[in-house]
Amino acid sequence: MVSFFKTNQQREALYGWLFALPAIIGLVVFDVGPMAASVLISFTEWNGVTPPQWVGLANYEEILFRDELFMLSMRITTIFAFVSIPLNLVTGFLLALLLNQKIRGQSLMRTLYYLPSIVPLVAVAALWRWIFLKRFGLLDIGLAMMGIQAPDWLGDPNWVLPAFIVMGLWGVGGGMLINLAGLQAIPTDLYDAASIDGANALQRLLNVTIPMMTPLILFNLVMGIIGGLQVFVVAFVMTGGGPSNASLFYMLHLYRNAFEYFRLGYGSSLALVLFLYIIVLSALVFRSSTAWVYYEGNR
Amino acid sequence: MARTIPYAVKGPVASIWGVLSNPYRLKSLLGRVVLYLVLIAGAVLVTIPFIWLISSSLKPQAQLVAFPPIWIPNPILWENYPKALTALPFARFIANTLIIATGATLGTLVSSSMGAFAFARLRWRFRDVVFFALLLTIMLPGQITMIPRFVLFAKLGWVNTYLPLIVPAWFANPFFVFLMRQFFMGLPTELDDAARIDGASIFGIYWRIMLPLSKPVLATVALFSVQHHWNAFIGPLIYLHDLNKFTAAIGLRYFVTDTQVHYSLQMAASAAFSIPIIVLFFLGQRYFIQGIVFSGVKG
Repeated sequence: MVSFFKTNQQREALYGWLFALPAIIGLVVFDVGPMAASVLISFTEWNGVTPPQWVGLANYEEILFRDELFMLSMRITTIFAFVSIPLNLVTGFLLALLLNQKIRGQSLMRTLYYLPSIVPLVAVAALWRWIFLKRFGLLDIGLAMMGIQAPDWLGDPNWVLPAFIVMGLWGVGGGMLINLAGLQAIPTDLYDAASIDGANALQRLLNVTIPMMTPLILFNLVMGIIGGLQVFVVAFVMTGGGPSNASLFYMLHLYRNAFEYFRLGYGSSLALVLFLYIIVLSALVFRSSTAWVYYEGNR
Repeated sequence: MARTIPYAVKGPVASIWGVLSNPYRLKSLLGRVVLYLVLIAGAVLVTIPFIWLISSSLKPQAQLVAFPPIWIPNPILWENYPKALTALPFARFIANTLIIATGATLGTLVSSSMGAFAFARLRWRFRDVVFFALLLTIMLPGQITMIPRFVLFAKLGWVNTYLPLIVPAWFANPFFVFLMRQFFMGLPTELDDAARIDGASIFGIYWRIMLPLSKPVLATVALFSVQHHWNAFIGPLIYLHDLNKFTAAIGLRYFVTDTQVHYSLQMAASAAFSIPIIVLFFLGQRYFIQGIVFSGVKG
């Protein structure tokens, strides 16, 4: 009996490994391996054709001291992220609050708000490039009808980032949907209890809804940081980084070095610096979260 | 508190009277009016770009820049669509995209569900360590593995083929493994036990019990995967160099950044590229939203 059980256990363990094998191979070959390799490659000068030259920390020195476009792209990406992420977070949350009310046409409204977030990014970029077109774009026409002299959104270094931020807001429906699901997961007895205690709508929002939503807000914030620092497609299609590098997002700079100038070593070191930046920002957010995120059942 | 309603007044008039005569209900009525105004204004704002996309795509070139803007083109130029879609071999691009999406989706369904089964149902050493490592890679930003993966596929001679875009999917996607594992965990283990007693093998439990019961989560994963490969940009951009190997996303970018192409054709191509994914969303709405909600709320 005992030996029978043991062989069964062994068989189960064997099958466990077998079933997980594709995932394990994928993990090693496509994630862990490349990560380790990227550290090594970042210490080389390599065009991918001739053998790599070991250059030590030279790439990192170049990033820090000689590459002006690094600092520029870092600044652009950071400004964009620090405006766009909170803006989308707050808008998505407010929108979810409003659409969680009992209203007529609720599902139609939700669909309308959600729809832009499933339009493929290349199409989003093409559409908004047309909307932002100087003088003839819909936005400038609309502003002109209100008597406002509109800027050249994508052609003016001062307006290109605001244009990207406005466009990003169009996709707020994705965040809205997650927030809506979060709102619906809040147990209604909490609201009942608050109402019995005499809490009005605002007090229920501040003392029930927002605390219960903080774990989800944290999740959205971290995902927002990871995504917001990696903006690529829209910039690549709409402006190609211009005008005069005013929309040179970090990933664009990385892409150019790696795949246009074929500097795989330098590209790898740029990737690692961005990775580090994402980790540091996420870590700061997580550390601060003990002060503002409420976990039910904990503490 | 409510004043008596003149008994001859009934129906809607009565309810209006009821609201107007009651200060509390009046206040909440005002609140609701504001709520509707805000939501409708917002819905109009997010919908305008869609209408502009479709309207522009059906216009003769001369009406594109009319002031004030023309919303309903006259005549409606349906032929803009075939014109745009044959200006570049878009049929070919779409076929290419479907080859990649099908190959990758099939792969990820098989490999991710196998992994999920191993993590949810089988006991083996280091299972939890491997699962945790897999979860970590969900957070791993794509840019960090991009260059080493490119080097790997270049060494294999796979550049300018679909293999770099399909093969990794056959080695499980960590996020999908997580999604399916959570689903499998929710299925009662009594089913496995009963099947074991009836002499089913471990593979039989996976194939005949788990998979047939997991159609909803398989549908979610399939939809996410197809959507991902339809929209995918940076991968095809890096790996596919010949025009006749382009995916639709890369082809569209090529088309809309060509300054010779006027905006109605750009918009026709963009709309044609977006519509299949929007239709797919509506067909599989339930599975889509379940997946998004799940990854956001419980993730």
